[in-house]
Amino acid sequence: MADPKARSQADIVLETKRLTKIFGGLTAVNHVDLRVHKGEILSLIGPNGAGKTTVFNVVSGIYKPEVGNVFFNGRDITGHKPHQIVSYGVARTFQNIRLFPDMTCLENIMAGQHCRGKAGLFSSIFRTSGQRREETRIQEVAASRLHQVKLWKFHDDLAKNIAYGSQRMLEIARALASDPDLLVLDEPSSGLNPRETENLMEFLTGLIETDDVTILLIEHDMNVVMGISDWVVVMDEGRKIAEGRPEEIYTNQRVIEAYLGKDDEEEEAAYAATVEH
Amino acid sequence: MESIKPSGIKSIATSQRAQILIVIGAFMAYPFFASDYFIDIAFFFGIYALLGLSLNIVLGEVGLFDLGHAGFYAIGAYTTAILNTKFGIPILVLLPISALAAALFAYIVCSPVIHLQGDYLLIVTLGMGEIVRLALINNPFDLTGGPNGVFGIDFPSLGGGLFIDSSIEFYYLIWIIVALSILGLIRLQNSRIGRAWNYIREDETAASANGVDVKNYKLLAFVLGAALAGVAGNVYASKLMCVSPESFTFWESCLMFCIVLIGGMGSIPGVLIGAAFISLFPEIFRPFAMYRMLVFGSAMMLMMMFRPGGFWPRKRGAVEFRSILGAPGRDDG
Amino acid sequence: MHVILEQLINGLTIGSFYALIALGYSMVYGVLKLINFAHGDFFTLGSYLGYTVLVFGSALITSHFGLWGGLIVAMTVAAVSLAAVGLIVERLAYRPVYPAGRLPAVVSALGASIFLQNTIMVIWGPRFQAYPSKLIPNVHLQLGDIHITLLQILILLMSFILMGSLYFIVQKTTFGAAIRATALDRDTASLMGININKVIFFVFTLGPALGAMTGIMVGMYYRQISFTMGWNYGLKAFTASVLGGIGNIPGAMLGGLILGVLEMLGAAYISAAWKDVFVFLILILVLIFRPTGILGEKLAEKV
Repeated sequence: MADPKARSQADIVLETKRLTKIFGGLTAVNHVDLRVHKGEILSLIGPNGAGKTTVFNVVSGIYKPEVGNVFFNGRDITGHKPHQIVSYGVARTFQNIRLFPDMTCLENIMAGQHCRGKAGLFSSIFRTSGQRREETRIQEVAASRLHQVKLWKFHDDLAKNIAYGSQRMLEIARALASDPDLLVLDEPSSGLNPRETENLMEFLTGLIETDDVTILLIEHDMNVVMGISDWVVVMDEGRKIAEGRPEEIYTNQRVIEAYLGKDDEEEEAAYAATVEH
Repeated sequence: MESIKPSGIKSIATSQRAQILIVIGAFMAYPFFASDYFIDIAFFFGIYALLGLSLNIVLGEVGLFDLGHAGFYAIGAYTTAILNTKFGIPILVLLPISALAAALFAYIVCSPVIHLQGDYLLIVTLGMGEIVRLALINNPFDLTGGPNGVFGIDFPSLGGGLFIDSSIEFYYLIWIIVALSILGLIRLQNSRIGRAWNYIREDETAASANGVDVKNYKLLAFVLGAALAGVAGNVYASKLMCVSPESFTFWESCLMFCIVLIGGMGSIPGVLIGAAFISLFPEIFRPFAMYRMLVFGSAMMLMMMFRPGGFWPRKRGAVEFRSILGAPGRDDG
Repeated sequence: MHVILEQLINGLTIGSFYALIALGYSMVYGVLKLINFAHGDFFTLGSYLGYTVLVFGSALITSHFGLWGGLIVAMTVAAVSLAAVGLIVERLAYRPVYPAGRLPAVVSALGASIFLQNTIMVIWGPRFQAYPSKLIPNVHLQLGDIHITLLQILILLMSFILMGSLYFIVQKTTFGAAIRATALDRDTASLMGININKVIFFVFTLGPALGAMTGIMVGMYYRQISFTMGWNYGLKAFTASVLGGIGNIPGAMLGGLILGVLEMLGAAYISAAWKDVFVFLILILVLIFRPTGILGEKLAEKV
């Protein structure tokens, strides 16, 4: 997929048009156009407070944009609820891992399959044959995803009790369990050690092959960005300032300025403002 | 390579199965060894167990702070009382009707407030519970009989001149209802719905981002919890033959809250323990007369100090009771 | 017109009771995120202690200090005792369960409430007790069309002095800033060098003391007290604190006054029997449209 020509011809999975999100007086995301093509890994990078997570939150339906639209597989999903968007095939993870801490790893993963099931109150109470078949399927999908991230040995352990690196992978597995077309990962490598990061990169590139999935991720680790991305989009102060192939971005003057001109640790204030609404 | 079969359907040990059968046997045999007085105590234990189970859906499974649950209980009891005394509808016919009335009420009043979080939901449910009680006292349309309540409610008729009217019969009635509810609730716990409730309790945002329609599942919990409370109200009304607002105070809601927390959030055996504590403790300490509630209050504080997670917290992983209660007959290896 | 004004004064009178009790709920909630269900019983206990001082100590105290002196002694005794009780309850019932989270603390608080309520019943008996009648001269004042009693003026005056001083402490002093900081974010406050234990000490002494003094005022106003009255006042006061924005101290005062006035206006213009329903409906409506109460600030969750 490294060939840019091939990129422009592939189907567009996710597209945002003039996406704008305002919190109070602060424009966290400002007319951002994003195109994610089928089968690629697109990295969204930028200094802290650039509005990357806000883009994710709008795409996944947690926030409603003030202006602009989100299209998924050609369908306008702007303003739809998070649970609907998952069912269309967009699954996400969170920057600060959000598992279900007091439930087992297996139960955590079964959450991903929730949107694929339809058993209701009565079929669950009376254990209809359809409900039982569905339960079996949910458990099997969950189990196979748990094997996929090599965490099956923890299936009966509570999510809060496994190691941090495993929790990251568990969250990715949970997102995968909804059989998504698009996987949206918010800083998947944050907090991982170099070895775990290496494994993660291998895992993600492998996913493209095995699972017919497209990946959109926010990433801070430039090794990861350069190592696995097919396309990189750079944001700063709510705007898209550049995009291109990783090697192009690496030498882009505006990008370098955006990074050097800002203190990386200074983000908290700006970030706090973005969530205060 | 390990088996890919999930553990959820692990069959439980024979010894646990035996324990459950012993408990059921003990409950069935109890009335033959107890006086009417103690059978009545066990009846109220059953009522509190049912109320605890109903609040456990809302508070234990979904983690919604509901301090107005007595309101749903009251709606069930008064539906039975009014329809029976005014229109002579038989009690057992009113059982599902009372459940529906309470469920409908919950749906209507909870829909606009279901988005409220934590303590705000708590105060709103508390306010609703109080509104119900105050409305009953004020005797709207001359239906509720004001502070005195409604008298002369029938016993449940089984047809052919047979009535549920003795302590033993009421004891069996309530415990059969409790047993059926437990059966249904355990099945729900191990279903897509029960898990969705737990996901919401653990992390609402993550639940939503994983496809759980949070508002709907919260409402479902309220509606189902209210329906069970309505059933408890129906049985309570016909056992006492009268209902009055003072049975449905804020204090009752607090007791239900304590039942769930003393037992352990989301734990069905825990609810039974909590209900036993709430209903039996004051009876056991009756000889201490006016000091018994002092002891009761202290016991509540001590329990939270030493068992803050409840007496029988829900164990995850190894699924409780599951195979007895109708898990699919699979070869689990 | 004069009906409105009179009801307004009646409303402010009972509203100031709610406000003073609500302060106790709100301060504790702000600092510990705990609904202190025992707070209503602090109020009752204070009322009974004041009653005992006024009835049994009256000969002794009033002969030495006069009528007003007796009242001051009663207030002081009740306030100091309840500050001590508040601290003891915090130590024995709440502190051991904090680490386990908020819900066990709710049960423990309910347990403490039952304990206190029944302690009062065991000591003073289950029946109503009557405050001495001739405590404050029964003077009625006529301001144009408006009718007001000396007692009401006294109660309003005292409440506003108490609330004013608390407002001053919380909003204008450094220690007050520490309390507000703790209410906003306990962990950060602690990191910034604020002594949380000192703040907890403050809220668990001052809250119950205010409650106790309110208990005496309620005793003088209604003349009748019972061991269960803490539930009703507590419920109303808690409602008031949520109405104003729980955890917010000026909010609790405002919420209490608004609740009292609404209740009296509801009684006058809607129906006395439905006034409480009216109050709770307003509460629910406020929370639906402004879930954080009137003065509360919304805290956003970081996603």
